[in-house]
Amino acid sequence: MVADDAFGTAATSGSAEAGPPEGPLVAYFADAQGVLTAARELIRNGIGVAEIYGPYPLHEADHLLGRRRSRLPWVTLAAGACGTAMALGLQFYTNVLHWPMNVGGKPANSLLAFIPITFELTVLLGGVATAGAFLAASRLIPRLRPPGLLDGVTDDRFALVVDHLAPGFDEKEAQRILDAVGGGEIRSPKTSEATFEGKV
Amino acid sequence: MDTLHSNPLRPPLIDGAPDAAQVTADIARPLDSWPERRWWISFGVALLALLQGVGMVTYEIATGIGTWGLNRPVGWAFDITNFVFWIGIGHAGTLISAILLLFRQRWRTSINRSAEAMTIFAVMCAGLFPLIHMGRPWFAYFAFPYPNARGLWVNFRSPLIWDVVAISTYFTISLVFWYLGLIPDLATLRDRTESKIKRFLYALGSFGWDGSQRTWSRYETASLVLAGLATPLVLSVHSIVSMDFATSVLPGWHTTIFPPYFVAGAIFSGFAMVALLLILTRGVMGLDRYITLRHLDAMAKVMLLTGSMVGFCYATELFMAWYSGNPYERYAFFNRALGPYAWAYWTMVSCNVLVPQLYWLQRVRRSPFWLAVTCVLVNVGMWFERFVIIVTSLHRDFLPSSWGMYKPTLIEVGTLIGSFGLFFTLFLVFIRVLPMVSIWEIKTLTGERARGRPVSIVERLKPTEAEVPDAERRPLVAMEATHGG
Repeated sequence: MVADDAFGTAATSGSAEAGPPEGPLVAYFADAQGVLTAARELIRNGIGVAEIYGPYPLHEADHLLGRRRSRLPWVTLAAGACGTAMALGLQFYTNVLHWPMNVGGKPANSLLAFIPITFELTVLLGGVATAGAFLAASRLIPRLRPPGLLDGVTDDRFALVVDHLAPGFDEKEAQRILDAVGGGEIRSPKTSEATFEGKV
Repeated sequence: MDTLHSNPLRPPLIDGAPDAAQVTADIARPLDSWPERRWWISFGVALLALLQGVGMVTYEIATGIGTWGLNRPVGWAFDITNFVFWIGIGHAGTLISAILLLFRQRWRTSINRSAEAMTIFAVMCAGLFPLIHMGRPWFAYFAFPYPNARGLWVNFRSPLIWDVVAISTYFTISLVFWYLGLIPDLATLRDRTESKIKRFLYALGSFGWDGSQRTWSRYETASLVLAGLATPLVLSVHSIVSMDFATSVLPGWHTTIFPPYFVAGAIFSGFAMVALLLILTRGVMGLDRYITLRHLDAMAKVMLLTGSMVGFCYATELFMAWYSGNPYERYAFFNRALGPYAWAYWTMVSCNVLVPQLYWLQRVRRSPFWLAVTCVLVNVGMWFERFVIIVTSLHRDFLPSSWGMYKPTLIEVGTLIGSFGLFFTLFLVFIRVLPMVSIWEIKTLTGERARGRPVSIVERLKPTEAEVPDAERRPLVAMEATHGG
């Protein structure tokens, strides 16, 4: 799908657009290896990669883009601990403090019998909070049109968005590297600056 | 990152080498076409079974529990048997989605979506039975602890309350886990569908997923954490169900082996149900390439293992009954194997212990026909296991004057058939409206596999050859060569 004219027209139309910071450069690749090679090459030459989009996770991309480990497990820990405390508190309050019941002559504060519910509530709160935190952190809310959705990245191709806002960004150099690694189609999308700002 | 399945020396998990677009097209195809006649017939039968079940339950609730065959001393019978049976079916889905994920069993990718859906539907079927067993289901909320005018709290020491909490947690976590996995696939469907209504629905359901690596990375963390939580959860659920029995003082129920015995049996019956559903649907849905004989083979191996564990538990129970020297315990098992319900006991033993031994033969494991037949037998056997445990332990209690026999009424049989109707109706709808194989997870498999292949570097550099100076090209070639190999 590579066409030299396509690069040319895309580049000229990109530079012809008004407003000082141009839209970011986006390169599309048919496979994971292509996009990773391009990202590696760009980074080696001091050009930042804002984001990689694709139909499935690429574990190398996290290292390449210098991403930290997600802090989601801490949410799980905190919510799970809340679940444990809530379950124990509820059971002790109801069965020991508020209304002690004599069941088989056993002591009211029979911790062992409280364990199953404590475990279940720990898992319930931890799990639901993890899923909720994941959606919130990724800004995933029901909406009709995700801002700046790139073409085909949920189907069969990968897209690399160059970090054009970095100081000293050299678009020509970025274009040259992408050309060299054989990035499929490169273009500056017409999407407004703001939507990409929010995305990357 | 594991490269186990990108090793070109291993047989691939997917037949052929479909590229990503092909994977999307193959899996989404049934969602875009009008169902064929076979689907409509199955759906009609399932819906009919469901409707008669609704009729039976309505009649039972309107009239009272007296319409069932249970009475003193058999206070639990068909209803609780069905409840334990359905809960057990669900366990395979969570095992596949959580435990096999932690163990990095990549063959799970082809079957996890439908197995998880099956879990959710099975838990829905299971939840119905305690509800109608209450007799007055409109008071079901009594099972939850809330400040009330009766001045009473629920008894948190009762395994029946543990059950309520365990099953609602299990249902919620299974649903959340399943839905999170669906989000990327719904986005894929959103971006390819032509229909405006479908795009609207998929867009709402996909939460604006855009496939960024940041989100993917976070998604993987979340699913790993959820798998870690669901793993002890799935083991706890059937353990708690078994405690409904094990914490009583009834011979035949009061045994410490129950939790592992129930969990093994649950996974056994659940895998039989998953395998059966997949054998029936994979051809019709055109997914043979993704759900291959190797997947069936792997599932049969799990059934062989868990079936043998169940057989070992039966033997242990018999041995302990004799070895304990307790005459009541001895009689309970003597009565099971040789009493009036001996036919049920031996049905159970032959279906659950003998039938899975056929899975030692690769010919059986890789034959969809024989696998389907044996899976049906395993499910019959596992249903009878719960029936035997519940009814034979109750029908001859401590007082011989109250001994009796239990016979199900038409209403009870109709309710059981109705639950199968509900299960199959939901499953049939599911395979037509949602992708029954995880599209993105299959792409990780095919993608890795493609990366395992040596890449022709010359070909890749061709379009830009003229522009790239030789000095620039060399490091690239070296890098790709190490990466590709």
